[in-house]
Amino acid sequence: MGAVGDTEGRKIDQATPGRWISLLSPVLPTIFTIILMVHMPDISAGKEFSFGVTWVEALGIDLRFYIDGLSFLFALLISGIGIFVTIYAAAYMRGDIDLRRFYFYLYLFMVGMLGLVLAGDLITLFVFWEITTISSYLLISYNNTSAIARRSALQALLVTTLGGLCLLVGLLLLASLAESFDLVQVLATGETVRASPLYLPILILILIGAFCKSAQLPFHFWLPNAMAAPTPVSAYLHSATMVKAGIYLLARMHPVLAHTEYWEWILTCTGAATAAVAALAALRQTDLKLALAYTTLIALGTLTMFLGSDASAAVAAAITFLIVHSFYKAALFMVVGIIDKQAGTRNLNKLGGLGHSMHITVIAASAAALSMAGFPPFLGFIGKELKYEGALAVASEPALVATVAVFVNAVTVTVAGMVAIKPFWKKKPRHISNVQEAPLGMWISPLILSGLGLTFGMAPDLVGGGLVEPALSAILGIPETIKLKLWHGINIPLLMSILTFVLGVTMYLGLRRMRAWLAWDFKHAPTNADQLWDKSLDLLKAFAALQTRILQNGIMRRYLTVIFVTVSLALAYALIRSGQFPMEYAWPRLNLKEWAALLLTVGGAYMAGSARKPLIAICALGALGVGIALIYLFLGAPDVAITQLLVETLYLVLVAAILPRLPVFNPGRKVLFRPRDATLGAVLGLLVTFSLLAVLQTPLESPTTEFFEKASVPEAHGRNIVNVILVDFRALDTFGEIIVVFTAAVAAVTLLGHQLRRGKQ
Amino acid sequence: MNSLILQTATRVLVALILLFSIYMLLRGHNYPGGGFIAGLIAASAFALFAIAWGMESAQSALKIPPSTLAASGVLIAAVSGMLGLFSGEAPFSGQWLQITGGKNTGGITISNVLIFDIGVYFAVLGAVLTLIFALEESN
Repeated sequence: MGAVGDTEGRKIDQATPGRWISLLSPVLPTIFTIILMVHMPDISAGKEFSFGVTWVEALGIDLRFYIDGLSFLFALLISGIGIFVTIYAAAYMRGDIDLRRFYFYLYLFMVGMLGLVLAGDLITLFVFWEITTISSYLLISYNNTSAIARRSALQALLVTTLGGLCLLVGLLLLASLAESFDLVQVLATGETVRASPLYLPILILILIGAFCKSAQLPFHFWLPNAMAAPTPVSAYLHSATMVKAGIYLLARMHPVLAHTEYWEWILTCTGAATAAVAALAALRQTDLKLALAYTTLIALGTLTMFLGSDASAAVAAAITFLIVHSFYKAALFMVVGIIDKQAGTRNLNKLGGLGHSMHITVIAASAAALSMAGFPPFLGFIGKELKYEGALAVASEPALVATVAVFVNAVTVTVAGMVAIKPFWKKKPRHISNVQEAPLGMWISPLILSGLGLTFGMAPDLVGGGLVEPALSAILGIPETIKLKLWHGINIPLLMSILTFVLGVTMYLGLRRMRAWLAWDFKHAPTNADQLWDKSLDLLKAFAALQTRILQNGIMRRYLTVIFVTVSLALAYALIRSGQFPMEYAWPRLNLKEWAALLLTVGGAYMAGSARKPLIAICALGALGVGIALIYLFLGAPDVAITQLLVETLYLVLVAAILPRLPVFNPGRKVLFRPRDATLGAVLGLLVTFSLLAVLQTPLESPTTEFFEKASVPEAHGRNIVNVILVDFRALDTFGEIIVVFTAAVAAVTLLGHQLRRGKQ
Repeated sequence: MNSLILQTATRVLVALILLFSIYMLLRGHNYPGGGFIAGLIAASAFALFAIAWGMESAQSALKIPPSTLAASGVLIAAVSGMLGLFSGEAPFSGQWLQITGGKNTGGITISNVLIFDIGVYFAVLGAVLTLIFALEESN
């Protein structure tokens, strides 16, 4: 998966238009954060807010927003981290040629995420979910001159859209069970939903949606590739937003879908597997950004694993870890961005000695890395202790969860060392010289973020009561209290922590040897998910090309054959299903003129089919048309009859104009396809006839005819019902039709003109 | 086609057919007819003209390009449909204006429905002629 380049190019050093946007950009998230903070006491007191407007009244869909502990926590993280990301981006993206576009995407993304977590209606939720999908596609492909960026973006888009479609179906099924799209009502119907036979399909569909978005196995491969996005975006995507959307969904759906064995096992196993695989991959990385990306995968796996449990301790661990992760991951991504910018590379093997010149960055990096590694007194330590406590509380498989937790945390310790120690304190390689400290705009955000990790670690009550507790209550559906503490005394979690540190430090020291071993292991692995993805895409394209060659090869006769065969099969199926065979039908008594019209029609058809020259065939077709027009006339539809006659006439004129341009019929060849075409035509004709007869046998009880008969004169002042319908009752339809006629003419002229130009060349 | 009989007959016929098409257009609301049929009839008149006198003459007899005719037909229909909005009704709802005439007449009714039908007439006429002219030209 080393598809990501060393550095990000496309920067020019000059003042660019739209520079003021980057200065103003932190304003909006700041305002939003302040608004949220003002309401924090209400949320901690267990209040909920719901507001919105009617959207699609007939379907009961609202544009509704709902704030409880869970959505509040996410909204605060998104807008809060958003402030720091925009400040950082202002410095990082300085001089980029396309700032306006960048901020537009970033804001779109921010709004999408906020809407998603605050949505109080399933459809609202889905709409915002897709906004985040599209805006993250735009963000990842921001550097659109790079083929790698475009590929990564498309991959992320396809995978998350696939999940999105599943999610939509799942949500619709869920809404049909709950008989409402309103989130509050849906959350209250957990019992009904779990008892329903639809529970398992709903669960699987929604889980696919969440897993695709949050990059769980087997949909994990897009996330490391998404590193092609500019670093501020990566920091945002990984810390607070995009990839956490799936986690949010899992937490949100907890009251409805959890508390079953399916939920427990699927989430626990998927999460554990994702975390373990990501941990192995993280150790192999030499690109710092990629290493961090894999630790995001570890975090997502861990979160999923813990959300699988009903145990209060496990869920509390998930929430706390979510907060911890947001702080340190944003800070570390920003630090890597700084290193990338200042040293010109983020390859671990090419870096070293930066600590001597970048004093502030090194502080931010160390603080964030210590929180990530889970050292006291950082918030990360509390998070890790809670994780172990939670792991032991998982009812289904405590041993598995605990083992995975210890292993992935040890890897996290190792990666923390890779990011915060190696680039700064390793011996300076020769080619790196005179690396300057980054400007204030770049280091201020990671410094504050890592500082927050320390502050909250020392005073855990700041996040415990206000954020974790309400979110915990919202997820579990019952009021819960939790006390976050730095020191729990000597207990099993502490022992596990010590084991983690020992393991992590050992791996860090033996990194080189372990990498060699892992490289060997992966070299012998048959393939990986990313390559599988490419192969499946290739397969899809090959299939598309194949069916295009067969079905859309530009030969008119083939098209007609395909269409007729399809229609015949569909009609035959419908006839057999309807059970109308054998149908009773009396031959009608026809008078002489009706027999004449019939003869004209049938004779015309036969002549058209057996004619040796195109002109004769066309004239025969004309006779057929006239016969049909006569039948219309006899049966009392003069309007239709006139139209039919006129169309036949003009059709003849048109064909006469085309005829000289048609290729000459080859009498030798036509022998081959004629019997086949005749059979097909006869079959289709008979099937249509039978269908019509079957339709006519069922009595028509349509109130519309009566309505038009009655309303025609008093309401539309016309006695010709056909015309009244066309120009008055259904005038909008007619208007659409004349637009179609017009468009067809313009399209035909365009095509002919094209052919003309080609002919002249 | 260079046929004296056809050319001579066409002069009379085209005028008659066009007149007939207008008749069909105007009577459509109460008897068989209407904008669509009338448009087709008028188109066949021009097709006949084109066959007898050639494409160039037919085009110059039409005065304006057929695609413009079709587009203005669509526009007329759209505008007539919007008239309903002025009286606060839905678009494309019929508006009727009664003009009382002399003693023994019931007066005339004018409606946007008729204007709509005229739009259909021009749209169909223009579209069909666009096709025919384009095909003839490409020969």
